Amino acid sequence: MLLRTAWRRAAAAVRAAPGPRSEAPARGLRLRVVDNAPQSAVPSDTATAPEVESVLRPLYMDVQATTPLDPRVLDAMLPYLVNYYGNPHSRTHAYGWESEAAMERARQQVASLIGADPREIIFTSGATESNNIAIKELEAAIQPDTSLVSVMTVNNEIGVKQPIAEIGQICSSRRVYFHTDAAQAVGKIPLDVNDMKIDLMSISGHKIYGPKGVGAIYIRRRPRVRVEALQSGGGQERGMRSGTVPTPLVVGLGAACEVAQQEMEYDHKWISKLAERLTKKIMNSLPDVVMNGDPEHHYPGCINLSFAYVEGESLLMALKDVALSSGSACTSASLEPSYVLRAIGTDEDLAHSSIRFGIGRFTTEEEVDYTVEKCIHHVKRLREMSPLWEMVQDGIDLKSIKWTQH
Amino acid sequence: MAASSRAQVLDLYRAMLRESKHFSAYNYRTYAVRRIRDAFRENKNVKDPVEIQTLVNKAKRDLELIRRQVHIGQLYSTDKLIIENQEKPRT
Repeated sequence: MLLRTAWRRAAAAVRAAPGPRSEAPARGLRLRVVDNAPQSAVPSDTATAPEVESVLRPLYMDVQATTPLDPRVLDAMLPYLVNYYGNPHSRTHAYGWESEAAMERARQQVASLIGADPREIIFTSGATESNNIAIKELEAAIQPDTSLVSVMTVNNEIGVKQPIAEIGQICSSRRVYFHTDAAQAVGKIPLDVNDMKIDLMSISGHKIYGPKGVGAIYIRRRPRVRVEALQSGGGQERGMRSGTVPTPLVVGLGAACEVAQQEMEYDHKWISKLAERLTKKIMNSLPDVVMNGDPEHHYPGCINLSFAYVEGESLLMALKDVALSSGSACTSASLEPSYVLRAIGTDEDLAHSSIRFGIGRFTTEEEVDYTVEKCIHHVKRLREMSPLWEMVQDGIDLKSIKWTQH
Repeated sequence: MAASSRAQVLDLYRAMLRESKHFSAYNYRTYAVRRIRDAFRENKNVKDPVEIQTLVNKAKRDLELIRRQVHIGQLYSTDKLIIENQEKPRT
């Protein structure tokens, strides 16, 4: 993407040039030269003088990509990064025992959030690994008529909630395994693997204010769901996922799950309130804005809007003080419009104009207001420059135009 | 142990708010202040002394947690957010 290559070039240039705070640890987003930093003893009289402005970080409105650590999670993890560093599989000394106890406590915390038994939770490196384990089960199936249904609980691009309980009911009656990738849903909406008849579930740590690099897979025991291990080795995690379990990370995942269970209702209220504020303000101030995704079955914290006659990437670049995305991070390297939007039947041009606003536990009203204000301002500005918009204002129906081939 | 009095609960409340305002990260600071206010407000009508004591004990642990995390945040502090210069320091 043009934005990213420009960003990388600028970042490389700044790293090359010695700044007044060169002893400070390397930090992100320092693309502009700091001038009036109080610690700077050397007056900035380098060639970069005209670009002088203080460095301020953008607001973070991209929680679907990843979430910050909750301080309660970091607090739970730190002892296991400092003093309690034992291998949880060491059976012969206190370091191992205390690490194992922490791992099992974390397992219980994850299980409790989704109504499972701790023996049904296997720790992995993240939801992607969990998804792979679940899908591989299909290949390992012995019966020729065994199959697997796999559905996202909450979509990461448009926030739509799938009817999990209904799907679970159908799968259970047809004797078909049911897997759901609940990365965006765990800890945000109530989930119960027994009520919803879920056989396999993928959980991601860094989507629920936990650490990156850890997740879990829920594998039903009754009736038993057999999976094939993706990685073989010492037989850890009941043989389903060999490798030393990273105690600090799983402690973080467990703490994140426990906090999520306690805060789910409070967070949902707050996020819904902010989501309504954002959507109402934008839609009342701008015409031709479409919200993508079913408004009724929708998780409020993920708002995907299409601004007609405005190109999504240019709006993202204009909103440089707000960290946003125009779709899923995992597909952002490609120039194609979102496959999700295409799948729900969005027009090609509207799919290119979509922006995803993420609202989370730590988002404030002020951040929403700032984002809304900037968004309205830039959409109006970009539309003023758009010949398509001009034609629409003149009453021309764009669909009736016959564009000539060159 | 004697049950916590109203004065002690208020002291704890003020101490937690005071400490939370020292978070250097804008999002942690605002969340902590909001959450503490809402949590104390939500529980203000609890009458059972055992329940009150449980809540007070949890709050004391949370206060220690806030102290630790505020300190760590200050050790690793970074630039302010774009929005922090514009708004007045809020409580």
